Amino acid sequence: MTYFPEEVVEHIFDFLGSHRDRNAVSTVCKAWYHVERFSRRNVFVGNCYAIRPERVMARFPGMKSLSVKGKPHFADYNLVPYDWGGFALPWINAAVRRCPGLEDLRLKRMVVTDDDLDLLARSFPNFRSLVLVSCEGFSTDGLAAIATYCRGLRELDLQENEVEDHGRQWLSCFHESCTSLVSLNFACLKGEVNAGVLERLVARCPNLRSLKLNRAVSVESLNEIVARAPYLVDLGTGSFAVDHHTDAYQRLMNSFSKCKSLSSLSGFWEASPHCLDAVYPVCINLTVLNMSYAPAIQADDLIKLISLCFKLQKLWVLDCIGDKGLAVVASTCKELQELRVFPSDIYGAGATSVTEEGLVAISSGCPKLNSLLYFCYQMTNAALITVAKNCPHFTRFRLCILDPWKPDPVTNQPLDEGFGAIVRSCKNLRRLSLSGLLTDQVFLYIGLYAKCLEMLSIAFAGDSDKGMVYILKGCKNLRKLEIRDCPFGDFALLNDVAKYETMRSLWMSSCDVTLGGCKALAAKMPRLNVEIINESEGSDKLEENISDLHKAEKMYVYRTVAGPRNDAPDFVWTL
Amino acid sequence: SPLQQTQSYSSSQQLRTGPVEFPARLREMEDVKGSDGLGDTELRLGLPGTSTATRSAKRALPEGDEESHDELRRTSAAKAQVVGWPPIRSYRKNSFPGRKVEAEAAAGLYVKVSMDGAPYLRKIDLGVYKGYKELREGLDNMFKCFSLAELSRREGGSGSEYAITYEDKDGDLMLVGDVPWEMFISSCKRLRIMKGSEARGLNSRH
Repeated sequence: MTYFPEEVVEHIFDFLGSHRDRNAVSTVCKAWYHVERFSRRNVFVGNCYAIRPERVMARFPGMKSLSVKGKPHFADYNLVPYDWGGFALPWINAAVRRCPGLEDLRLKRMVVTDDDLDLLARSFPNFRSLVLVSCEGFSTDGLAAIATYCRGLRELDLQENEVEDHGRQWLSCFHESCTSLVSLNFACLKGEVNAGVLERLVARCPNLRSLKLNRAVSVESLNEIVARAPYLVDLGTGSFAVDHHTDAYQRLMNSFSKCKSLSSLSGFWEASPHCLDAVYPVCINLTVLNMSYAPAIQADDLIKLISLCFKLQKLWVLDCIGDKGLAVVASTCKELQELRVFPSDIYGAGATSVTEEGLVAISSGCPKLNSLLYFCYQMTNAALITVAKNCPHFTRFRLCILDPWKPDPVTNQPLDEGFGAIVRSCKNLRRLSLSGLLTDQVFLYIGLYAKCLEMLSIAFAGDSDKGMVYILKGCKNLRKLEIRDCPFGDFALLNDVAKYETMRSLWMSSCDVTLGGCKALAAKMPRLNVEIINESEGSDKLEENISDLHKAEKMYVYRTVAGPRNDAPDFVWTL
Repeated sequence: SPLQQTQSYSSSQQLRTGPVEFPARLREMEDVKGSDGLGDTELRLGLPGTSTATRSAKRALPEGDEESHDELRRTSAAKAQVVGWPPIRSYRKNSFPGRKVEAEAAAGLYVKVSMDGAPYLRKIDLGVYKGYKELREGLDNMFKCFSLAELSRREGGSGSEYAITYEDKDGDLMLVGDVPWEMFISSCKRLRIMKGSEARGLNSRH
């Protein structure tokens, strides 16, 4: 390869899509490292504390698109205190100084303030796309800044963020000359937007293909919008609260029938059963359907809708669909690749739910299924073994049995064999979440068979340190391990400390690791940050006589070349 | 909610023995790390004082113990208290407006707040406040734009010419501050900031 001029090598590298491949080629030799770093346009940082932003920008001066992740995954479930960290500002600041040509920014689980958004909006003249996922710290004022200053904005995608509502004017800040929007998602906003402003914005953006409205957008407004944007591919419907006896409903039905390109639907926040008829004309083309925010739509109506969706590839529903509904999905949706079934009632009131039967039906009817998130009240080994046999192509398998430690109700056995069958059969499994009654045996299986596994989530499982040791020893490709409420302690933690440098991060909460164990880990591995989150009141300092035998309630360990972070709050101790 | 997160590690033991429906989750004494005398306070997934099970992949269930373990079966309310379980994003949990009980337990205790003389009402989440002091500060902050409390302060009044009252489950108008905080947030249906003159009839302690 030394015979080829750099331009040729660079051209060859253009064919490398993933950042992992690019990372790999840059380690081959100095020449390749140099070619690669100047030609990399998309930069992905999986842990914002693993490296300093300045270093990233220095290495990739041609960066156009940056994606950064902040808080650990369990922050989604309120296990990480509010001001733990994950601030966007250092990244935006560094980009302002080093990469003024930045076009796209994607942030996940980070703290973003209005000032940050303002700085972002004013600093990058070519800025095209902002995607914020599960972030917090900003309000509609920040969005106003984005709308005002990002003249060529193509994408504003807000997914499940906590956004403070400071009024509806932000949408008006899109200048009359702004016609470049391709994707606009403000479904997570709680406040109202000005209907007229919204409709005019949609009307003047001919390239708009994805639009997700929030709950506050009325059906009347939806109607105007759909009528003006018949080329929409992806639509989040807003409230969809409409009386099917009204004219408004008739007009809606007409509008939908003109949407020949619509292939993805979501929203339906306040939809009531009969008003789904309006959507029937587009069902035949749907590849993505998300009904998981529509609690008023029960099984029968879901069934009527889904039985028209032959092309469906991705389906998110509530468990009120029931096993009966899942059987209909199985017989209709032969192209299904991803299924998520969320609980509609998490307090066990005994309403309709799904069981192992629904999952088995899906597995036998949908041969292309590769991604599953399934909440249920019970599961059997027999069912999991059948599912494993029917669907060997799973890459993501996340099962959540809502009662911790629940065994197979038929045999009273742990679910070791069932999950064992899954990992044995699904050779490409990359992500796995366990639940139910589980002993060390399941971890033996996982270590033995799950060679491609990258992310593992464990809760209320295992008997002893052996369980965790099996995982760390066997799963060669493990990147993220998150554990809560399991009897794993210092022995497992310290068994193979070098392993953690091959992983992005390890989270352990409510386990048996002690402060002493964590200190030992930190001492042995200087290139890991071992952070303890201590939330009990009155103990601010590590030095305050806390015995090494004291359990570490929450521990987060991650590899880093940036050293201990300088923005950790008082309750986070870096050992 | 903050209420859930302040539970200390040792007190969470009790909750953890709750959901066990079958007594199969007994650990061996030797496995309990911390053989330093802390064994009695060690977290265990079984009844305190029960003997350990033999280690085997398939656990046989002692028949007689089933009844006593049924007593430990979690109630719906207790289930809600394990932080972060089930693993559902708060965004999703907060999205469902219906079913008051669950909404209160997980998604916040939103109550309307009206202030005499103010043109519109506000809504606050009682769950974010740790106690009465914070609540008062929060309300002060929220309604200061009406500058009525400020005005009374400037005119030489005590600044507390307004009384914070609430409507409880029975529909009665009560003065805020009499009962323990937990009791208050579970019975408060809405708040009303009243002019001092009107509140005098309710005033039993000040």
